[in-house]
Amino acid sequence: MAINLDIKLKRANKIYHEGEIVSGIILLKCNSDVKHDGIFLTMEGSVNLQLSSKNVGIFEAFYNSVKPIQLVQYTLDVAPAGKIPSGKTEIPFELPLKPRGNKPLYETYHGVFVSIQYLVRCDIKRSFLAKDVSKSLEFIMEDKPVNLQLQKAHSKIVFYKITPESLQNIRERTGVPKFLISGRLDSVCCKLTQPLTGEVIIEHCEVPIKSIELQLVRVETCGCAEGYSRDATEIQNIQIGEGNVCTGLAIPVYMIFPRLFTCPTLNTSNFKVEFEVNLIVVFEDDYLVTENFPITLTRH
Amino acid sequence: MFEIEWSACPLNQGLLRVPHSEEVTEHPLNPITVTMTDGRGGFRRGTIRSSSTGSSTGTPTPTHAPVPVTNLFSDQLLNHSSFDGSDPLSQFARQDLDPLSKMAADEWDYSANVTSVGKKSKVVADDLVEPWQARRAAILTKYTTSEKLSIVTSFLPGGEKVIVKVQPSGTMVDKVRTRLEQLDDFEEGSVRQMLDLTQQEYAARIELLNNELVQAWHSDQRVKALKIAIQCAKLLGDTAAMAFYPSKFVLITDILDIFGKLVYERLKMKAEYYKPGSKVVTCLPDNFTPEMVPESAKETCRNWFYKIASIRELVPRLYVEMAIIKSYSYLTSSEFSTALLRITRMIRGIGNPLIAIYARCYLCRVGLALNQSTDLGFVKENFYDFLSTYGQLFSQTIKADLNKQNIPTSSYLNLYTPALDWILQVMASSAPESLLIEILARCKQESNSGLLLNTILSAFKSTYIASRPMEFVNLIMSCNEEGFPQHLLYRRLGQCLIQESLPKEDCKPVLNAVWQYVANLKDPVKFMQCAEIWIQFTVIYFSVTEVNFILGEIISHLIPNRAFEQHYSQMQTIVDKVVAHTQDYESLLTMENFLPLIDLFHKESIKVDVCKTIIDGLSSQPGLINDPIVINALMFIARIIHDSVSALTVDDEKRQIGNLICGLVQRIDYGRDFEKQLSFYAEARAAFPNLDSVHIQLVQCVNRLSVDTRKIVRGHHTRRTSAFVRACAAFCFITIPSLTLVHTRLQLYLLSGQVALLNQCLGQADACFKAALSLVPEMPKTIELDGRQKSSEPYLLSYLSSFLSTLLVVPDSPEHGVLYLMRGLLNAVQRCFEANSSSKSYLYLRVLDLLSTVTQENYPYHVDKVESNDTLYGSDKKFINEVDKISSKVFEEILNHLKYLGSSDQHGKQSVLALELFCRLIMRADLRQPPLATIAINLWKLSQRHGSADPKLSVQTIEYMKNRSQLVVFDHFPELLKKMLNT
Repeated sequence: MAINLDIKLKRANKIYHEGEIVSGIILLKCNSDVKHDGIFLTMEGSVNLQLSSKNVGIFEAFYNSVKPIQLVQYTLDVAPAGKIPSGKTEIPFELPLKPRGNKPLYETYHGVFVSIQYLVRCDIKRSFLAKDVSKSLEFIMEDKPVNLQLQKAHSKIVFYKITPESLQNIRERTGVPKFLISGRLDSVCCKLTQPLTGEVIIEHCEVPIKSIELQLVRVETCGCAEGYSRDATEIQNIQIGEGNVCTGLAIPVYMIFPRLFTCPTLNTSNFKVEFEVNLIVVFEDDYLVTENFPITLTRH
Repeated sequence: MFEIEWSACPLNQGLLRVPHSEEVTEHPLNPITVTMTDGRGGFRRGTIRSSSTGSSTGTPTPTHAPVPVTNLFSDQLLNHSSFDGSDPLSQFARQDLDPLSKMAADEWDYSANVTSVGKKSKVVADDLVEPWQARRAAILTKYTTSEKLSIVTSFLPGGEKVIVKVQPSGTMVDKVRTRLEQLDDFEEGSVRQMLDLTQQEYAARIELLNNELVQAWHSDQRVKALKIAIQCAKLLGDTAAMAFYPSKFVLITDILDIFGKLVYERLKMKAEYYKPGSKVVTCLPDNFTPEMVPESAKETCRNWFYKIASIRELVPRLYVEMAIIKSYSYLTSSEFSTALLRITRMIRGIGNPLIAIYARCYLCRVGLALNQSTDLGFVKENFYDFLSTYGQLFSQTIKADLNKQNIPTSSYLNLYTPALDWILQVMASSAPESLLIEILARCKQESNSGLLLNTILSAFKSTYIASRPMEFVNLIMSCNEEGFPQHLLYRRLGQCLIQESLPKEDCKPVLNAVWQYVANLKDPVKFMQCAEIWIQFTVIYFSVTEVNFILGEIISHLIPNRAFEQHYSQMQTIVDKVVAHTQDYESLLTMENFLPLIDLFHKESIKVDVCKTIIDGLSSQPGLINDPIVINALMFIARIIHDSVSALTVDDEKRQIGNLICGLVQRIDYGRDFEKQLSFYAEARAAFPNLDSVHIQLVQCVNRLSVDTRKIVRGHHTRRTSAFVRACAAFCFITIPSLTLVHTRLQLYLLSGQVALLNQCLGQADACFKAALSLVPEMPKTIELDGRQKSSEPYLLSYLSSFLSTLLVVPDSPEHGVLYLMRGLLNAVQRCFEANSSSKSYLYLRVLDLLSTVTQENYPYHVDKVESNDTLYGSDKKFINEVDKISSKVFEEILNHLKYLGSSDQHGKQSVLALELFCRLIMRADLRQPPLATIAINLWKLSQRHGSADPKLSVQTIEYMKNRSQLVVFDHFPELLKKMLNT
């Protein structure tokens, strides 16, 4: 009596843009005829927000999850109540990806406190004796390419110089070894599809260096009735220098933005998703020097 | 008759071809034998082939044991015999392997020891540089350690558990552990550290990891496989036990290569596409373009790269990306050069120069294997990047580390050579000379440039180097002794220079400068490393004086503290080189320091080997030797070789030594001074008493000398020359008995006797013949021929036949009776053959031949100036009677044997022998005498009785007799014929 339900999308990479038609097939496999009370297909897109326990109490954080924001939501009847013949059944479908009302569609993003997800779900209703069967499949929503004018914003080169003097939030300046680290980021407005590039030069440094790392951080802000919470969490940490690197030699900064965990920088009335990059230099004695760069991510 | 048979031969061969092909099918292991004609076999082979190409859509199953499959496959194409044994279905199934999986089966050899860096890619890469494969083994043997090693991994059983602190990321712990981060962090609790591994154990563990990886891959646990690859790459970030690092690199990159290939092949399998206009899925051709790759495969490929890009640590991230770099070809066609350049830059982030240079080496390796040889710019980039970090090699931190591990700077620098050599060689392989100039200029800016120089010397074409030798000498001189060992540089330079031909004017300053350094080396090890190479240089470019000087230096360096005992192999190569390259052999041997050098070999076996090379080298030189000093030296050397022969020496060795000395003996020639030559031979005999082959050679030489003497006097011996030839004969006569083998002694006695006879030394000749005859009974019954025991009778028969022919001209000695040598021979024959041997009878037949010739008035041949029996006896009646008596005896013996054959039912043999004897009678005997005639008729009948005599011979005999009967002398033949045929 088991029903094997599966959804397959036509596109291998499962990436769709606003206004496009999500097409695919529902794949049903069963050993014998199965009765059902209807097959439904749902397209769903929503923003889930969660409050961090830091800003509100633990219990509030647990219970008071902010209501998800629906971006797309509609259901289609695929088949009226009837029987599924035994064997393999394929039902093709096409669902337009259109926002509800005139809300914008945000890109798919999986974060800690904010996540934006798009699903196609298929439900098979059964009589009350048998369980309903349901299967959902996430697909990825990406922004459409926009006109060229906006691309001017790119290529904002940032030069930096890190010295003991330039450090903030430092307790005692006396224990800090002397060093000079310079370099540049080719742009702080980055395309998601392109890597973050730039370079670091250790001009001189009194103590040996243990590691140079790039930390990609997301800053998520959620607004709610009690105010808002803002949290920065690490997405990934990539080592670009290992051991006591040669001085005076430009070490490339190169980081590919991970998919799903990044999206274009978002700033909406209810929530914000921003990104930052930290350049971390770790000295032999585990002393950390960090330089922070807020970056703007765009799709195109 | 023969001619006809001959022409039939090709026809026969043509017929034979069919049974030949059947022969294969009739292999005993084949249960069913099918005979088929050649033509049909070929036809069926053809159909099989065509059907296999027609149906290539079978499901490809990569087999784990590819070798037998391919064997069977090729077997079948080669000969159709294999398909008689196994059932046809499975045969077809085998052939259904489509090209891709077949290729995969061919190439998927997953053992870490065999990494084909891509068979196709080798095509270009191999032309340019010595393949990595060749270096692999050398590195593994060279870079070893006795220190204990450790592996940290989560994929091997055993070892102790360790708790690895998961690095807290940032300031707070994520509540969502992303999939990304799990990749290069060890799973908690599973990490095991294996400590105290020896190098072998370590290699075995790595091999185990390799198997684990392949296994994981095939059981669809690709993430696990990736994790293993990452963990392996991680091991390369660790430089504990530095001396082992190059070997570790080799072992681990083998695994990474396999991983890269697995990814590539897997993507290729996924990337089946629809050919334009066709509906069938086909696999990608080898030279596919990214446009042909379907989106799903591209997506998988992209996923791989995304995954790898998120590996946290730098070293594993770089290595794994390099391992799968070939898969970029699924995405874009231009990615390679940018990716290679990007990785080149990113390696700058590796602080430890040793880790960095090996990473660069691996990059060059995979870059080269991509087969885009046109664009090797990144290699140069890599080298320059290394140069800019060169100063780090001598930094304080590295020094501290070296002190901790107790490694001297020179051997630390040596760790760089395999990687650096490879990089520079890839770069220099097709580079013009200008690149060398450019790089030299760049290297001059660095202090401590020894390591760089070494690499340059080994990487660039030696022609480029040979065109500026002094520049290099100066550069090497300016290197300080702290860094890379200077003597190794000089050695390398020497190796380059001897490969090329240097202009004469360059040689002198180079040698002067280099030798000044080399001569001052106190350490004999270093000294010999240089001297070994530079002596070759000297031999090639300079005269004997310089060579002598340098040999002298070598000797004086080796004598203190008996240092030579440690350097036999180098000394041996020195001698080899000197011998191989010297133009003037004589002056080499007369040189002051050459023989003393040989004296330094105190180890007998090596000394003998060295002496052998010298003598051997001599044989390649033309001309004869007559300088007494040279001869003396050579004899000295030859004696050393000879003295190594003992009872335990194997035959082959003896033969080899014998050949060498014989060659030497033949070469020595005093020209017209025959007496001196003879005394040399006598000396040689005394010097080489253990080798029969040399003695044989000496006897031959002396005989030749004796004949030469005769030639000069044209047969008219003066008193002096006749005394000399007698001395020669005496030499032979007393030398021969010392030989062991009877038949060589026999041969030489006969030869010496003949030569003595030729020189009119009758007494000596007689002595030789007598000695030979007395030796005949000692002939062993069997002799060894080609390793098998054979009866010696055929040999003896032919020897004695030849002896008989000689006897014809040997005059009887007045002291003995008529034909006393002949009688002696008959006596000896009685003793040396077995009682009823057929060979004996055949010999007797020949004796009859001789005896009948002896009675002739004029013998058919003579020796000049020797009066044979025909002149001595002048066909005297008494003499002839005497001969007849002997003949009758011999005749009787043969008849007895015939009787014996008859009684023992060997009728075949009997009739053959009877016919032979009959022929003798017809030709030799006087058949007018009735008894003889009767015997003759009986013999004829006997021969025809069993019909086994040769009919052709019988017919010919009759013909012959018919012809003869026309002549008056043979007027009794018709009657005889009548009787013979009248049965």
